[in-house]
Amino acid sequence: MNRIRGFGRLVPLAVMAVVLAGCSLTIQDGVLDSLAPEGPIAEDLAGLYWLVFWIATGVFVLVQGGLVYLLIRFRARQGDESEPRQVHGNAKLEVVWTVIPILILAAIAVPTVSRVFKYTECAPDAYHVDVIGHQWWFEYRYPEAGIWTANELVIPTDQEVCLSMESDDVLHNFWIPKLNGKRYLVPGQETTLLMLADEPGEYFGHCAEFCGLSHARMRMRVIAKEPSDFEAWLAAQDLPAVEPTAGSLEAEGLELFNSLACSACHLIRGVNNSSVSNVIAIGPELTHFASRGSFAGSTLEAEDPDALAMWLADPPQWKPGSFMPDLDLTPAQIEALVAYLRSLD
Amino acid sequence: MAGTLTRPTRTVFRRPSSTDGFWGWVTTTDHKRIGILYGYSAFFGFLIGGIEALLIRLQLARPDNDFLSAAEYNTLMTTHGVIMVFLFVMPMAAAFFNYLLPLMIGARDVAFPRMNALSFWIFLFGALFVSSSFIFGTAGAPIGGNLPGGAETASWLGSGPNGGWFGYAPNSLTTYSPGSAMDYYTVGLQVLGLASLISSINFIVTILNMRAKGMKLLRMPVFVWMTFVTAFLLLFSLPIITAAVFMLMFDRQFGTVFYDAAAGGDPVLWQHLFWLFGHPEVYIIVLPAMGIVSEVLPTFSRKPLFGYSAVVFAGAAIGFLGFGVWAHHMYASGITPVAQAAFGLATMTIAVPTGIKIFNWLGTMWGGKIRFTTPMLFAIGFVSLFVIGGLSGVTHSIVPSNWQQTDTYYIVGHFHYVLFGGAVMGLFAGLYYYFPHLTGRMMNERIGKLQFWTMFTGMNLTFAPMHWLGLQGMPRRTWVWFEEMGRGVGLWNLVATIGAFTIATSVLIFAINFIRSKRNGTIAEIDPWDARTIEWSLPLPVPAYNFAETPTITKLDDFWHRKYGEDDEGRAVPRPDLAEYLARLVEDGRNPKEVIHLPAPSYFPFLVGVGIFFLAYGLAYLAAGTGLPLLVTGALIMIGSFVGWSVEPLEEPHDSQEVDAV
Repeated sequence: MNRIRGFGRLVPLAVMAVVLAGCSLTIQDGVLDSLAPEGPIAEDLAGLYWLVFWIATGVFVLVQGGLVYLLIRFRARQGDESEPRQVHGNAKLEVVWTVIPILILAAIAVPTVSRVFKYTECAPDAYHVDVIGHQWWFEYRYPEAGIWTANELVIPTDQEVCLSMESDDVLHNFWIPKLNGKRYLVPGQETTLLMLADEPGEYFGHCAEFCGLSHARMRMRVIAKEPSDFEAWLAAQDLPAVEPTAGSLEAEGLELFNSLACSACHLIRGVNNSSVSNVIAIGPELTHFASRGSFAGSTLEAEDPDALAMWLADPPQWKPGSFMPDLDLTPAQIEALVAYLRSLD
Repeated sequence: MAGTLTRPTRTVFRRPSSTDGFWGWVTTTDHKRIGILYGYSAFFGFLIGGIEALLIRLQLARPDNDFLSAAEYNTLMTTHGVIMVFLFVMPMAAAFFNYLLPLMIGARDVAFPRMNALSFWIFLFGALFVSSSFIFGTAGAPIGGNLPGGAETASWLGSGPNGGWFGYAPNSLTTYSPGSAMDYYTVGLQVLGLASLISSINFIVTILNMRAKGMKLLRMPVFVWMTFVTAFLLLFSLPIITAAVFMLMFDRQFGTVFYDAAAGGDPVLWQHLFWLFGHPEVYIIVLPAMGIVSEVLPTFSRKPLFGYSAVVFAGAAIGFLGFGVWAHHMYASGITPVAQAAFGLATMTIAVPTGIKIFNWLGTMWGGKIRFTTPMLFAIGFVSLFVIGGLSGVTHSIVPSNWQQTDTYYIVGHFHYVLFGGAVMGLFAGLYYYFPHLTGRMMNERIGKLQFWTMFTGMNLTFAPMHWLGLQGMPRRTWVWFEEMGRGVGLWNLVATIGAFTIATSVLIFAINFIRSKRNGTIAEIDPWDARTIEWSLPLPVPAYNFAETPTITKLDDFWHRKYGEDDEGRAVPRPDLAEYLARLVEDGRNPKEVIHLPAPSYFPFLVGVGIFFLAYGLAYLAAGTGLPLLVTGALIMIGSFVGWSVEPLEEPHDSQEVDAV
């Protein structure tokens, strides 16, 4: 009887675990929750997962239920000295439990294969954006508009966006869970990934392939805008950077940008270059830095007044391995640079 | 046999003849002792890998934690994988192979006893080499990057291999992983692979050639079959990883560009090679445990294994199919849709033989008289948890859905159900089951059951939440996670950490039980579990020579049939003279009728290992310029030892191994 209580104790535990799990899956307040999809592709993928989840749950309940049942029914009872029949097997049963899984698998193979092809290739009328992975930030180039940006990928809604991706250094992996699954960025090879959002909004992402020291600090966002807003955004991004008024704190920041090491790696159109052509990006393009909601691999919020100062004071502290070094800036220099960068909308 | 060979009678070293003390263990060629050496080393690896897991879980218990630095986390995550796979599960399986294989097929020893010792010593020195990276290794930021606080190199805890156990190129190249840390990985994996390769050949030859009379292939215990399949998997998969890390070593040390895209190399090639080894590796890890479970379940159900040949063929099928599914680790890496679909379908097919095994194990228990001993609990735990790992494994064949789950904690949860819920539970079943064999004493059952329930609970607390973490978007291999990932991620990370410490408690309970029972456990009589296979017909603990007289096998589960007949209904009926039969086995087993020649001990396997140890350091530091003297020293020791090995006499003429019982 001891044993039965042993297994009996498991039942409430298991029930509790399932209930807790269920609750936690209904919370869905996470920004990367793949089971709370918001775009049509991600919804389709989640639907496929749930289909298989329920089939698997059925199998799980049958097998584990059968296991618990037989453990209770066929336990050795005290005082019962009889021996069991020495059954060696049953050919019919072997066929049954070989064929049934094959049929189940064949059934889920159909939607699997069809979606592989559906979501791997871009439609000819898709809007194209080039994505380049760097340690540890994503760069976006809009070939039609001739603009570059970083960390936050802005796309139009209701329009298939085709990302042509490549890496500048190690492997990275572009993943916006609420819009689509993942795809690697490989140095020397182009990969493609579809993005499709039917609602305007901000969708969070995370580099999903281990890419060295600061893999955890490599995130990104997709900002979906109504087509008209998207056009307006493109037009605004095409303008050169705003010029600060002479004598202001911002102007002091611009001065520092040019005199310190900043301009060796970062591009501000109208300041250290007139166009984006023929430039190799080492750090993110900053022409319209203040139009973005986040920076430092989308790990810091632009609206947080202290975040930018903290970042400038010691980048490797926040992003170990960072190619932007600690420049030993004075608080006054940081203040000026922050003011200038925040003016670049 | 000896008479036909002309052998010198003396070489540089006397061939050791003593089997006692430290040198007795160092020079041993007894498969049982080598098995025990493997076992203790592997358990030590389990403890180290486990401590690393606890540190990882502490770091991830709350968002943006600063308990570990990024460099430390990356090293711990990498070496946790490397240690658990190469320094725990594989050698622990090797411990069982070594110890049990000759006993189960009625052989005196393995086919090549000195080679067997050699694989152990290469393994041990390889393990020491890899672990020493924490002391001697260096790691830093990618070239051009900066570490926090202007540090040049990471702390000691962050100076082991840090590119993931999968070592994806180009991150594992010198540009992105400068310092010697990843050289320990590239060289260490070659050394460890060599050890496994040697033993796999040894096991295959042993199984094919050394079976007792009447031990036909389809009369072998399922564990031997799984050993056989595993050995072939090792034989075919290890050369692939060896070639892969060999090329990586060349990229790092000699400036080749196999994986360097900037110079025309192909980083995706590494992924193909790694997983072409890495996926069979999963079955290398889990098949031995399946073999153990296939021995334990019938014994404690008092029934033969249901569908013996189906289980054997399913195991072989898993082995074959295991080589055809590697790209399911790479659906997101940009391979063509045709390849994705093909590997998705291939992955589905693996579920079929796996299902066959599960159902046959259930069939074995069905209608039995199940005794809930500790080994049986672990075996049942294996079946139950492996079902979960198998089902979540099927979801990986759903390619589009896998685009979401790959590289998240969903995968971490899945493979820990397979590797912990499967392999580790199976290995613990084996440890409890065969403890009397090793020590002649029984493990304490009460503490054993306590350990099982603690481990079973801890394992589910740790790894079940990881599925939800992954579905809720937590990526793998990040040293911090952030609060906006949601309350679910916060809750389940905390639960997983609590679970990890529960597992640690259970391992502590096991260690206490092991030490206590080894000293004061109940003395084990012959055949304490009323088992089915011939290794249990030996007196306990087992004499050095195994069988006093080589057994003749007439049936599958031969030993059982010598103990039990069947009545008209097919129920087992003990033979009337069962007690006398067992007493006679003890008497005869301890008193062989003739002098039994055993493989003599040898210094050379150990010395070759020492040579390879130096050689490894030499290779790792070759480009740095300091490696050459070490390389030459190591090579000289190794070659000299091989020469000594090949000319040493079969045994010392005057100290011929008299049989010393027990």
